Amino acid sequence: MAARRVVVTGLGATTPLGGEVATTWSALLAGRSGVRLLTEDWAQTIPVRFAARVALEPSEQMERVELRRLDRSEQFAVIASREAWRDAGSPEMDKERLGVVIASGIGGVTTLLDQYDILHERGARLVSPHTVPMLMPNGPAAHVGLELQAKAGVHTPVSACASGAEAIGYGLEMIRNNRADIVLSGGVEAAIHAMPMSGFAAMKALSTRNDDPVRASRPYDLNRDGFVLGEGGGVLVLEEYEHARARGAKIYCELAGQGLTSDGYHIAAPDPDGTGVQRALKFALRDAGLSTREIVHLNAHATSTPAGDIAEANALCAALGPDVDHVAVSATKSMTGHLLGGAGAMESVFIVKSLQDRLAPPTINIDDLDPAVLIDVVRDKPRALPSGDIAALNDSFGFGGHNVVLVFKSL
Amino acid sequence: MALAQADVLAGLKEIVEEVAGIPAGSIEMAKNFTEDLEVDSLSMVEVIVAAEERFGVKIPDEAVTDLATVGDAVNFIVNAAK
Repeated sequence: MAARRVVVTGLGATTPLGGEVATTWSALLAGRSGVRLLTEDWAQTIPVRFAARVALEPSEQMERVELRRLDRSEQFAVIASREAWRDAGSPEMDKERLGVVIASGIGGVTTLLDQYDILHERGARLVSPHTVPMLMPNGPAAHVGLELQAKAGVHTPVSACASGAEAIGYGLEMIRNNRADIVLSGGVEAAIHAMPMSGFAAMKALSTRNDDPVRASRPYDLNRDGFVLGEGGGVLVLEEYEHARARGAKIYCELAGQGLTSDGYHIAAPDPDGTGVQRALKFALRDAGLSTREIVHLNAHATSTPAGDIAEANALCAALGPDVDHVAVSATKSMTGHLLGGAGAMESVFIVKSLQDRLAPPTINIDDLDPAVLIDVVRDKPRALPSGDIAALNDSFGFGGHNVVLVFKSL
Repeated sequence: MALAQADVLAGLKEIVEEVAGIPAGSIEMAKNFTEDLEVDSLSMVEVIVAAEERFGVKIPDEAVTDLATVGDAVNFIVNAAK
């Protein structure tokens, strides 16, 4: 039997730049920032008082009872999945061949913390019976699976900020292994709350540019000082190629391969040698049957931390060799902030749009490019990508030393 | 404190609508929570806790299994408040 190829046939997203893919993509190309000062009272008590909230609140898109029973991360997953499923043409299919893989880095952390407050202030009897289904990290995938009656398997890989990319890779394997014909895969995060923000701030991982939030996320800039927390997520409809053709589906591109490695170096710091990243990139290209020559675009992990951005840039130079010169690198977290477990998924949505429109989105806020950064960064304005057969990469890394590289290819 | 049946029904309708999203207009004494109104077990817990708060009564877990209809719940609350 011929190898089963996997294509992308639907996209959905809810992000700091827009309530769906179209508005997000146009804001991204326009170089707009989704980062804002937080106006909540609690935000005035912590060291970092800004973040990138979703542009369209779930309360404007969902029924009140859904809002009550779903953690915010689950709301994002359901919203993005509904859009992606519609975009794929709401396929009629055997639901035993439909899978869902949606990740989250932290899960329902705001539910956990809110219910902990209720426990202390009002007692155990008033803790919501929805608490556990709302806080479990597999909740976003489970709710989407329930809504679509997916029966091939519902999964949630967890690898911190690599989770969203890992979920897409897991979906790829489900279809290749003939467990499913269609898999909704992606990642979400909803962690804008005093507690996780204080934790990240204690690690010195967050930018503290409170006086200029819109300029705070500045990957590759010499004066970058940490990441900006964002929320939201993205979902891709992955489909077996012949299945998509048989139903006349709109096909965006091929998900051609993935590479996964781990650093074995430090629980949170990137390995400055970047060998784990280099190996993941090589494995991904081999899996896709491509060489470095065919890669024209990369949506970088680039979170705007001093150590992370340079470690990644060096690893890309090493892994791509001289071919790094024709790879247009976009660091879209400069506009969206860092969606943690949602990042790799949202950025994969961006790559699919980049291949479709032949445009690499800009990176904003680089006033002084760090001279140690030797990759070709797309700055301020979108850049046209070549015509013909092209391929693009997403790389995502997570605390714990997780490295994931995905390869998307035009069809 | 005695409670009027009509007041308890009105209050319970509001709670069920809030918790389970069922329009108050479709909630009647004879309606079965599970079969007619599709209130699931988790939402039923929410309804009971909210009713206890609102009406100042105790509804023990053992009693909840006997509250099949809206009327069962209304009558239980009225009796418990006497």
